[in-house]
Amino acid sequence: MTVLTAYISGIGLLGPGLSSWAASSAILKGTQPYEANKTIIPAPELLPAAERRRASNIVKLSLATSLEALATADMLTTDLPSVFSFSNGDGLNCHSICECLASEDREISPTRFHNSVHNAVAGYWSIATKNMATSSVLCAYDGSFGAGLLDAMTQVVVDDTACILMTSDTPYPEPMHSKRPIPDNFGMALVITPQITAQSIAKISVDVTQEAADIFSDPLLESLRSHYPSGRSLPLLQAIAFAQSQAQSKRVIIDYLEDLRLLVEVTPC
Amino acid sequence: MKPLLLSHFTATSCIGRGLSETLNALQQGLHALKPCDFETVDLQTYIGEVEGLDTVKMPPHMQAYDCRNNRLAQLAMMQDGFDQAVMEAAQQYGRDRIGVFIGTSTSGILETEIAFRNRDMETGKLPEDFIYPKTQNTYSVADFTRHYFDLTGPAFAVSSACSSSAKVFGTARRMIEAGVIDAAVIGGVDTLCLTTLYGFNSLGLLSPQACRPCDAERDGISIGEAAAFILLERPTEQLDDDSILLLGLGESSDAYHMSSPHPEGLGAQMAMQQALKTAALTASDIDYINLHGTSTPSNDAAEAKAVNAVFNTQVPCSSSKGATGHTLGAAGAIEAIICALALRHAFIPGGLNTQHIDPQLNINYQLENKPQTLKRVMSNSFGFGGTNCSLVLGLAKQIGSN
Repeated sequence: MTVLTAYISGIGLLGPGLSSWAASSAILKGTQPYEANKTIIPAPELLPAAERRRASNIVKLSLATSLEALATADMLTTDLPSVFSFSNGDGLNCHSICECLASEDREISPTRFHNSVHNAVAGYWSIATKNMATSSVLCAYDGSFGAGLLDAMTQVVVDDTACILMTSDTPYPEPMHSKRPIPDNFGMALVITPQITAQSIAKISVDVTQEAADIFSDPLLESLRSHYPSGRSLPLLQAIAFAQSQAQSKRVIIDYLEDLRLLVEVTPC
Repeated sequence: MKPLLLSHFTATSCIGRGLSETLNALQQGLHALKPCDFETVDLQTYIGEVEGLDTVKMPPHMQAYDCRNNRLAQLAMMQDGFDQAVMEAAQQYGRDRIGVFIGTSTSGILETEIAFRNRDMETGKLPEDFIYPKTQNTYSVADFTRHYFDLTGPAFAVSSACSSSAKVFGTARRMIEAGVIDAAVIGGVDTLCLTTLYGFNSLGLLSPQACRPCDAERDGISIGEAAAFILLERPTEQLDDDSILLLGLGESSDAYHMSSPHPEGLGAQMAMQQALKTAALTASDIDYINLHGTSTPSNDAAEAKAVNAVFNTQVPCSSSKGATGHTLGAAGAIEAIICALALRHAFIPGGLNTQHIDPQLNINYQLENKPQTLKRVMSNSFGFGGTNCSLVLGLAKQIGSN
């Protein structure tokens, strides 16, 4: 295929033991030890009061990572296309609806229902950031990050526009947890621009490949990569962190579908 | 944008299996919505059910995907020689050069709803035979479609509520234009489930009778189920006269409210204007609008305001939801196909069930089928979370694409 080339101009990250991109790049490079702490999600200050009350963890998680990415990219947000690629959506909300529907009284809460759509986060995010541009809302199970990256890159390249990609996971309670064991909350956001900006961190070129996805030799990092679909982005973030500090190009293979992966060339800016 | 060819397409809903039955139903004004008798649901509402899904059998090596949503997908893709057309495209382009992007809102959630009822009394565990990734997960129907056709290109589900399967046209456009793929299997599949029936009921948005879009006394939606598939490619040099082209596409977000549209339809206006702009057309070039037209008081009012802001009040429009019901994540694709049938067979489809057009809407809503040559039409799809998508489709022989 045609190689898709663009610039990573902002990054946001939040997960167990990863409190932000700023605090995590040293961990990904191995210059600072990883400590496995539970994910701490900040309150969504940007949302109006009514929406703040109704916002679930996946909304707060995506807002936090997107705001870090937008701040590092120094980007105004009211006309920015977005891609939301989630493996599951809001696990607790789904559990509550299914539990209610299995009970005698099937009166589900209206808020639970409108939060159940896969694009609920996109709705809250657009309200919070007053953003009326298009949003793509995708799912490719464990390959959701790869799907989102591919879709975002085509937007940037074809429509010559900046784009923000968000990918997040939240855990299901039991009994769904046994079927889909996501351990904690994990989220990641990238601002991708068609041209280099003053804030650009790295240039990326994306192609498809049948080669096997890269895995981490560090078991703790590999546990994050393999347990969270959005954690499949971590090898790319590590390559960006190395490219930034060592001024060297890196080649990384990102997991996507069982027979299709993404080959990303990362070049320092 | 560069126009794209809808080289093959098919649709299955409560009004028919495949294009021929669908066209007949539209031309005869078939009433297929019926009082809700779905599963264990006890609600005073109407539904649009596809009969016979209980007897659809998955291919032996794909049993893990067995759920109502994938059964409907399979039933639909076997109509109109669509499966054969995809196989031929795979031979022509290569299996890795065809993308699969399918819209759905609820995927196979019905399986999970039933699995919760069948939890183990002692341990609370879900049944062993409940296979989350192949049924409930939102990706399931795109995964199923990709495996069914043995394709190896990029794939994902698009799930932005009721705009999902209109937005897959945008995904495919970008992927083809970027050179990632040469063709795409796109579409939408959504099936009846308890979540949407009880969910829309909780919001007071279910009509107790067959829905009446744009009626002065409209009182909510009727939920339907449908599957529609399209093979989208770059146009060939010599197009057939009845070829259908995607000419324009607009997408926007309301940034207003989670479950109510912007009262002035601001996001809808943006989507329609962008669709015209990408097609390099003006409002007067559109001969018919297939409205989102859900039959809720707020949707139809906001959409009419948006139509009035972008078009003059004379452009003929109607909603297909009185016929098919609101098929949610499948609505965009099935209504694009209804537009394609209207273009090919030169008629404006009248909206069913509506008795008295709401005079406050001030739109040229069509109650009867009307023979008319159509060159270019628009299809609107909007959804929860304030997501909007408008498509412009055209008939090759009428727009002189040859």
